[in-house]
Amino acid sequence: MKSFNCIGCPKGCLLCVEEENGEFTVTGNTCENGKRFAISEMTEPKRTICSTVKTVFEDAPVLPVKVSSDIPKDRIFDVMREINAVLLDKRIDRGDTVIENVLGLGVDVISTSDILNRK
Amino acid sequence: MNNFDVTVIGGGPAGLAAAIKACDEGARVLLIEREERLGGMLKQCIHDGFGLSRFGERLAGPEYVERFMDKLSEKTVDVRLLTFVTRIEKTAEGFCVVTVSRDGLERISTKTIVLATGCRERTAKQVFIHGTRPAGVFTAGTAQHFTNRLGVMPTKKCVILGSGDIGLIMARRLTLEGAKVLGVYEINPTPSGLTRNIHQCLHDYDIPLYLSHTVTRVFGADRLEAVEICEVDESYKPIESTKVRVDCDALIVSVGLIPENELAESVGVELDSHTKGPVCDCQLMTSVDGIFSCGNALHVNDLVDFVSASGELAGLSAAHYAKKAQCKVNIKIGNEFLYLVPQQLDLNADNSRVTFYFRSKAVREKSLLRLTVDGQEVFKRVYPFLRPPEMQQLVLNMDKFAVQNGSDVRFSIEVAE
Repeated sequence: MKSFNCIGCPKGCLLCVEEENGEFTVTGNTCENGKRFAISEMTEPKRTICSTVKTVFEDAPVLPVKVSSDIPKDRIFDVMREINAVLLDKRIDRGDTVIENVLGLGVDVISTSDILNRK
Repeated sequence: MNNFDVTVIGGGPAGLAAAIKACDEGARVLLIEREERLGGMLKQCIHDGFGLSRFGERLAGPEYVERFMDKLSEKTVDVRLLTFVTRIEKTAEGFCVVTVSRDGLERISTKTIVLATGCRERTAKQVFIHGTRPAGVFTAGTAQHFTNRLGVMPTKKCVILGSGDIGLIMARRLTLEGAKVLGVYEINPTPSGLTRNIHQCLHDYDIPLYLSHTVTRVFGADRLEAVEICEVDESYKPIESTKVRVDCDALIVSVGLIPENELAESVGVELDSHTKGPVCDCQLMTSVDGIFSCGNALHVNDLVDFVSASGELAGLSAAHYAKKAQCKVNIKIGNEFLYLVPQQLDLNADNSRVTFYFRSKAVREKSLLRLTVDGQEVFKRVYPFLRPPEMQQLVLNMDKFAVQNGSDVRFSIEVAE
């Protein structure tokens, strides 16, 4: 049996997962997201990354970005290297793509702010 | 035009929500922000998890607050940036707000004021640390500003004092950017931040958390070179024999937030010693008629969704404010509470949907919250657990409890069977 806290919401439920013949039984969750998170932690743990990319603009030397959906936990630092290699020279908007299909993981790195573009 | 119904001071999430709501209700609204951009602290809170209850999405801080900025830009709210309020004076019609900006000094006349001034971090000087005064001692928010707004790393190898949420978030952030976080040291026997942040910010990156430990001394002439760490006993006294020196180039302190209420105090707004924010009624009006409070200036929230909700309520109340007789009843709490807001009930107002926010003083197992009016139990609820870092929200129809002038209205928490 493994037990850990859910990171889905601020409740932080203490989840317990029991594995039997490849089947998982989850207890301690108070919603379906908790169950999904527990099973994913046991099979292929995933996380999001929020970071910044450098820009050429003096008024906003960095732009906040995130991955468009969760990535495998063990690839976090690989993706961070890609994010830190960017130097942005276009005034892109919130939601615009900064890196498409980063490292072939099927997710994009996207802007989370309109700081370069707000009138 | 320098004549308004509602003047909102502070352009963070609380102030934005208040201004939008007051404008929707037909008021002439002014929003004053001292920085050059709206958004408050969320501009630098680039991590996600914002807006889960309001939008059902896990948004980054800028994404959350820019949704409100977009909405505000569709309204007729007068927004003044790089403008600082220096004084509030009472007048016959309401208030005169004195501001300074690049245009100089201005006097603004307003019927009501919404204080959305947010909170401030407790600094290293406000906790007891001996030694020199080298560079390299930052609050977590300052480290966050350097990293997320300026793109400058404040440290290569650091120690974090305090396990507040911003400290935990910064532990992960600095690690992602290649810094070594040697450990998070918390003087209390339990963590100050949310459980999920302990998991996703510390456990995920193998950053150790040392409970009942504190920093007792800093070393270094120009730049920080090391800190001294001590374990503490039950009365928070450092245990001399446990002293160790840890080499690092920065000490990041995340030791609590204090609502910013200098302006409020200057006009005689009564503060609550527990929240450090104004004492408010269920419409979020302070002890000064026509002055309202919301967001982290009212009490430090752990979720921005609550901040926005309180901003909306303050904006709504301010827009509909009219001078009238009040009948205020204090809402009392047992010492099992850290605090409860709002603290008063105005019996002449509509209290059919009151939102209470509270925190327990200690970590508690299964607990029963009870509300009594003149000794009669009128409401109870069982909580599986209560933890001080996790604020609870409770919505009640207070009008149905037959509260009268002079009634004893009291919340208590006890062990549940």
